[in-house]
Amino acid sequence: MKDKIINLFEMMGFTWFVPIVNMAAGESPKQQLSTLATMVGIPIVAFAVFLMLWHVGAAKVVTSLGQVPGPVQVYEQANILIDEHYAEREKEVKFFERQDQRNAEKLAKNPESTVKVRPYTGKETYFDQILTSLFTVFIGFLIASVIAIPIGIVSGLSDTLYSALNPLIQIFKPVSPLAWLPIVTMVVSATYVSTDPAFSKSFITSAITVTLCSLWPTLINTAVGVSSIDKDLINVGKVLRLNYLTTVFKIVIPSSIPMIFTGLRISLGIGWMVLIAAEMLAQNPGLGKFVWDEFQNGSSSSLGRIMVAVLTIGVLGFMLDRIMLTMQKAFSYDKNATVR
Amino acid sequence: MEKYLNIDHVSIEFPTPNGPFKALDDVSIKIDKGEFVSIIGHSGCGKSTVMNIVGGLYQATQGGVLLEGREVNEPGPDRAIVFQNHSLFPWLTAHGNVELAVKSVFKGKKSAKEMQEWIDHNIELVHMSHARDKLPAELSGGMKQRIGIARALAMEPKVLLMDEPFGALDALTRAHLQDSLMEIQAELNNTVIMITHDVDEAVLLSDKIVMMTNGPAASIGEVLTIDLERPRKRLDLAHDQHYNHLRSDVIHFLHQRHARKVA
Repeated sequence: MKDKIINLFEMMGFTWFVPIVNMAAGESPKQQLSTLATMVGIPIVAFAVFLMLWHVGAAKVVTSLGQVPGPVQVYEQANILIDEHYAEREKEVKFFERQDQRNAEKLAKNPESTVKVRPYTGKETYFDQILTSLFTVFIGFLIASVIAIPIGIVSGLSDTLYSALNPLIQIFKPVSPLAWLPIVTMVVSATYVSTDPAFSKSFITSAITVTLCSLWPTLINTAVGVSSIDKDLINVGKVLRLNYLTTVFKIVIPSSIPMIFTGLRISLGIGWMVLIAAEMLAQNPGLGKFVWDEFQNGSSSSLGRIMVAVLTIGVLGFMLDRIMLTMQKAFSYDKNATVR
Repeated sequence: MEKYLNIDHVSIEFPTPNGPFKALDDVSIKIDKGEFVSIIGHSGCGKSTVMNIVGGLYQATQGGVLLEGREVNEPGPDRAIVFQNHSLFPWLTAHGNVELAVKSVFKGKKSAKEMQEWIDHNIELVHMSHARDKLPAELSGGMKQRIGIARALAMEPKVLLMDEPFGALDALTRAHLQDSLMEIQAELNNTVIMITHDVDEAVLLSDKIVMMTNGPAASIGEVLTIDLERPRKRLDLAHDQHYNHLRSDVIHFLHQRHARKVA
């Protein structure tokens, strides 16, 4: 039981929980406490020092929107954003209550009459914007993975294809999302024409921009992973006379899974960074648009609210990375390999 | 009469930037069914190349290999290979590794139940039943090589090819595996070609030792028939006159007549 919990925490990278679990199981509290002090204490002290420096430093810089927000102001703004979210949700509930009531009355008067159910069109709250961002990055990342992994596998297996693709990969890899965005916007506007679109254009533009930038790490890592398979394993496949597809699924993919996940993890990190910029310019209603709108708004609380977004982006990015790390470890057959 | 396995006047050249490099020159070995043949020589003399040609992984430039009168020029499960560094699939358990081989070789020939029994039988043969559900990373070097042998045997090969199978193991483990291999050999009477650079191993296990000259353009220097009684016991042989005589013949060949010029 204890070992299972520890394994789970270690797999997710939350190694600082391990001493707590050990202590709960009654293992020499003194030793565990000192481990805990170094593992948790030091980061906490470092964080406190960071907050102090931030507090002192921010007070010294004054902009046209007032003083740069310190930790206290940012905390206040975070609370306001949470309150606004609940207020908006309450308004929504009330809107539907009123509508249902109106429709019920109408039907009571005349059962033949047609009633209309209208959707609520209030503004998005901060949490809606977070969800939009997460969904957009997920779709962009998914498209990128679906394209990059098969191409990576095929080009890793064929030297000819690899030499053909390598220059293209090297040229497009360093391109900034901001350079892609105008082109993607125009192409999406021209091709995605629908009277009743399932997704908004801004969403598709942002997702495709994420795809274009997060394609490369997965592609390169998959190709390298595939091409560096142990020759003897391939020879075993030859002795067994496995056909191309069986070789790919039984030997090539399993043996390059760790490298594929390394690529996916880097891709998701890049995708998340790119997304914020893409949302700003494409006006996809996520965190990027939030930052841009607050900047345009220019009220005295704007900088505080943007800082909340900065921290949110950081924490969410960290969490996404942790999820990928956990998957990377779960899918790696070499349990002794250190994955960071 | 045509022999079971006939390596017939095989030469091979590898292209290099400085022109073709001739690794083997006119190598001929004839092997009977059920014979255990060792190929011994200094490292770099091309003994592994011989095995790769028999295995079909390399194509001979001249000459060829006949198995039961048919030419072989591509890899196949009738010539199963035990590689030096075990080459187990690290993401599959011991059982899974043997299973992959059995399922691809006996697809359509054995029922699912027969296949499972055959897998278990082969794992049992190498005394690894206790570790059937372990991953290679959890096994010691000797255990991995046992599974590697089980996987090769499970293919029911006509010829079992072993490329320095115990070369990466410590001396004690190696002795254990040699004993196991002799037991299995007594039971199954496979045709085996084993590459080795260990003189004791070659004399202990083989019916015939093929000694190769140094490369480039290596060829067969001498073939020594080992007519020791079977079953052979390591301890008894240590004081056996004939054994020691055979052993010194091989050492003589390797270290006097064909000593390596550069160490």
